Amino acid sequence: MALDDIYKEVILDHYKSPRNKRELPGAELQCHANNPLCGDDITVYAHVEGDTVAEVTFQGAGCSISQSSASMMTEAVTGKPVASALDLASEFRGMMAGDVDPSEDEFGDLVALKGVVKYPIRIKCAVLAWDVLQDALVDGSASGTQPHTVG
Amino acid sequence: MTHQIGGLDVAKIREDFPILSRTFDGRPLVYLDSAATSQKPQQVIDAVSDFYAHHNANAHRGIYTLGEEATERFEGARAAIARFLGAPSADTIVFTKGVTESINLVANSWGRANLHEGDEVLITEMEHHSNIVPWQMITAQTGAALRYIPLTDDGLLDLSQLGSLLTERTKVLGVTGMSNALGTITPLRQLIDAAHAVGAVVLVDAAQLAPHHAIDVQALDTDFLAFSGHKMLGPTASGGLFGKAELLEAMPPFMGGGEMIHEVFHDHSTFKAAPHKFEAGTMQIAQQVGLGAAVAYLEGLGMDAVRAHEEEITRYALDRLIDAGATVYGPKDASARGGAVSFWFKDVHPHDLATIVNEQGIAIRAGHHCAQLVMRRYDVAATARASFYVYNTKEEVDLLADALDHAQSIFS
Repeated sequence: MALDDIYKEVILDHYKSPRNKRELPGAELQCHANNPLCGDDITVYAHVEGDTVAEVTFQGAGCSISQSSASMMTEAVTGKPVASALDLASEFRGMMAGDVDPSEDEFGDLVALKGVVKYPIRIKCAVLAWDVLQDALVDGSASGTQPHTVG
Repeated sequence: MTHQIGGLDVAKIREDFPILSRTFDGRPLVYLDSAATSQKPQQVIDAVSDFYAHHNANAHRGIYTLGEEATERFEGARAAIARFLGAPSADTIVFTKGVTESINLVANSWGRANLHEGDEVLITEMEHHSNIVPWQMITAQTGAALRYIPLTDDGLLDLSQLGSLLTERTKVLGVTGMSNALGTITPLRQLIDAAHAVGAVVLVDAAQLAPHHAIDVQALDTDFLAFSGHKMLGPTASGGLFGKAELLEAMPPFMGGGEMIHEVFHDHSTFKAAPHKFEAGTMQIAQQVGLGAAVAYLEGLGMDAVRAHEEEITRYALDRLIDAGATVYGPKDASARGGAVSFWFKDVHPHDLATIVNEQGIAIRAGHHCAQLVMRRYDVAATARASFYVYNTKEEVDLLADALDHAQSIFS
């Protein structure tokens, strides 16, 4: 991969040892989406306390980009106010569109995914989890799975 | 470089394909996605360019000399394609932009006239979406039922229950000649005879078969056969449909518009004879002329030699990929299959694999290959697919195998 080695290591680390990859019993927010092009499949579970994203987990299967992005996302948004989590989702999409160039300070591990911009067909893989998170936080107040298809 | 593979002088053939001299970051292109679309030889590029540079006019319209030249070349391509497919006359070849449009034409025109409640359409779980979705749409509209021939674990059609699937209720059988997802070559002659025995017509999807295998539609006795020019060295949006003359004659038009009519009145129109009644509006004239040049190129190579090359390189690829640790879907016997080899490599997701081998200049497909029923049958979300054509070498297969090792080193 031409992705810089350090970023590659971050992506592979999250892919091989995903964080917060489990169902979240009692999660009041839950959304599911898949990308039929490649079979990437993500369900995001979120528990919100007041205005804060108290806990986010995910389940799914797919390529290293989709799964590592989901793993990094759970770490990045946990403990944030809902509005900040949604802002981060927008900024992440901006980074994947090539419009935002965040520093590692702002984005942490997520900056590792910046290299995916070079592979336009795989940008969908990287943003899938974020789309599902946004659906969960904005529309996902009803319990249960909301089928949602992208790509 | 190995020059002779299965009777083809591959080194010489490669000189005809300008795109094969492209490099990516200094690495030569290794194009292993011909099942998606083939590359084009200079002869085809020249035919299209020459048409636009010297003969361009609308076909079947101009009284002037240029219009006659355009018409002559367009109809010349039809005759060349008819000969290539063993069709009895050029009038049995309807130009379309490829298999998808051809199947939609049959499903809508023949289907609307012939399918009723209680009738059945039989297809297979091996089909490309283009031979599934048009039938789903037309059966929903006509009330006919859609049934499927299942697959064996080995990637073959499971014909053990054919007697209960193919019955007097079956009005049409749609079947691929060569699977784009599994490579499987289907027993067309057996299926066509069985369908005719119950009075059903047969449509063969030859998107993958026509580029790689000699076809004689009369010997096959198929009623319809759909082909895509862009997979057989021709331009995109070239291709067509073979139909038996009596079937085409009885079918109503598909799309209405200019050039397909005989006379237009306020309340109705009369239509031209086949194939022209199915060719509404300005056609893909330059593209079909290019397809004429493509079939001339393939005839020059000889379709038996083309098939022998495919079989030899597929056998080599199966050995190398399986040795490298890949799980191959579909038949493992190269003589029973085409050159589209779907596989899963160890723990590396197909999308990751395609990205990694791309860094070596190698183009493979990753995904469901427009065959989601096949993916579901074998319980896999996606596969990687390498596919081969007349310009591919064993050295390119070696490069892919090496790239698999590299992918493994990244993910292990």
